[in-house]
Amino acid sequence: MKLLITLILSLCACVASAQTGGPLTIRITQGVEGALPIAVVPFEYAGPPLPQDIAQVISTDLTRSGRFRTMDREDLPARPADVAQVNFKDWRTVGMDNLVIGRITATADGGYLVEFRLLDVFTGKQLAGFQIPSHVSNLRLTAHHISDIIFKTLLNIDGAFSTRIAYVTVDRKDAKNSTYRLMIADADGYDSKTILESPQPLMSPAWSPDGNRLAYVSFEDRNSAIYVQDVRSGQREKVVSGIGINSSPAFAPDGSRLAVTRSLEGNPDIYVVDIASKQQRRLTSHEAIDTEAAWAPDGSAIVFTSDRGGGPQIYQVSPNGGDAKRVTFNLGNYNSRASYSPDGRHLVMVNGGSGFRIVTLDLKTGVSRTLTGSSLDESPSFAPNGSMIIYATMGARGTELAAVSIDGTVKQRLALQQGQVREPAWGPFRK
Amino acid sequence: MNRAILNGMLLLLVAFMAAGCSNLNKKSTAGGASVEDRGISSGEMSDIDAARSQGVGDGTGAGASELNDPNSPLSVRVIYFDYDSSNIREDFQSVVEAHAAYLAAHPETTITLEGHADERGSREYNLALGERRALAVRRQLVLLGATAGQIRTVSLGEERPVAEGHDEQSYALNRRAEISYQ
Repeated sequence: MKLLITLILSLCACVASAQTGGPLTIRITQGVEGALPIAVVPFEYAGPPLPQDIAQVISTDLTRSGRFRTMDREDLPARPADVAQVNFKDWRTVGMDNLVIGRITATADGGYLVEFRLLDVFTGKQLAGFQIPSHVSNLRLTAHHISDIIFKTLLNIDGAFSTRIAYVTVDRKDAKNSTYRLMIADADGYDSKTILESPQPLMSPAWSPDGNRLAYVSFEDRNSAIYVQDVRSGQREKVVSGIGINSSPAFAPDGSRLAVTRSLEGNPDIYVVDIASKQQRRLTSHEAIDTEAAWAPDGSAIVFTSDRGGGPQIYQVSPNGGDAKRVTFNLGNYNSRASYSPDGRHLVMVNGGSGFRIVTLDLKTGVSRTLTGSSLDESPSFAPNGSMIIYATMGARGTELAAVSIDGTVKQRLALQQGQVREPAWGPFRK
Repeated sequence: MNRAILNGMLLLLVAFMAAGCSNLNKKSTAGGASVEDRGISSGEMSDIDAARSQGVGDGTGAGASELNDPNSPLSVRVIYFDYDSSNIREDFQSVVEAHAAYLAAHPETTITLEGHADERGSREYNLALGERRALAVRRQLVLLGATAGQIRTVSLGEERPVAEGHDEQSYALNRRAEISYQ
């Protein structure tokens, strides 16, 4: 086993260094009315060129959220780096509400100190100001952190710009030969890394609550099996395998257990597996299909898809077992792959009818909302701040990723340069 | 086909398989690809096996085994299904019957049944639908005389489509159970 892990590690390292495929490109397809006008001035810096333009990354983050309207660089009336250099009247004249200025300085240890201020153009007050130590390989992340701070300060919502997404890509050569890759990228699609490559299908990536591990399904043994892999070290472990289906892993909020689907007795049921001991407990026991388990954020309930009523619908059960109760009513005859919003109030799911769309359901009021309008939308996943949902959709060249705000007003497409992109899973906040 | 050529073919096959394996070890992190994935179909393999057990080939290859007789229903290895259904259609009954009879007559023979779904709907639910299709074929085969131990089932859901289109024509080709003889 140890040898196997060592082998896998060395192979993973090999794959990571040889990874292909450019970054995801993001296109805002629909923005919100009344977005806040903000100007991000290029940060002052004297030295050899940096690999990242921090102000540009921040500006793109804010635009991408749909909540902000940023100013084009060539239209900036001035390029101050200190508060003393700011003439607030200039910025009021061009219709800006807020202004971001900053400076980058090289430090003695080879790193950088990134300093920024968020200013209110009308009052002339500083709303936020931080100095963040960074490193050449970390400048993008630092920029995302600054975007998070701006988002939180102005909207009182935790920003999710510094989070990551996991997804699966497929390069298909022919019906028998494809390359499947499990990828991780920043939430804006940059810095993508291959963490596993296989000639057999990979499916259903799921983040651990601390963001350090991914559970997923791999067919490398000619059948589905569930693995848990450490994202940083690449070390991985087979947690559930055997005859029948072994799939659809979902971490419990405490990170110690997985809800999974197994079909030991010829039809799929939900089991709860202790990752350390591998001990399994059967949660549902029905001759219908039970699959796609997801935990409530407080761990009090599990939702899953079952066709016990004829077609697939969403049901809810206690993680301690007991009777399952149906959750989806009057929502058509196809509802699947449900998961909870971070506050536990909503479910997001795939709703089928004439096409397959992403739908949210308010668990308190029972009000549902159709967020997307393409024909083959699937695999929805909430951002950890609950503001957006990422999902897979059919694009011009195959499946690609898209995101939509929970009120449906902001839409973006994230298209990979090559291959098919599917099954996005939005990671937790980075500690 | 004379014995020298046959031996040569066997050697080539072994070399091809070995090359495939070492290739895999170098390239794959998830490992585990099978012979089929290196481009050798199970049909070719059983052809050579059958020829070897008889000692000589008959020069055509096709007649060496009833499994490879293009006129036999046994040559049909893919069973198609209707949308959201795991019922074995009327037009595939004779195919299932033929395979069941063959398995009953050759108790040492084993097969894998791979269940597949089209791309509509969620992937995990489709994985379950693919299993349902493979199990439906197995149930029928066992009812008709095969033993359960001869049949391994696996579902690949919508992960291995044959046709790439997003239309009913492609979907119909992708909703299937594939039979492969070991």
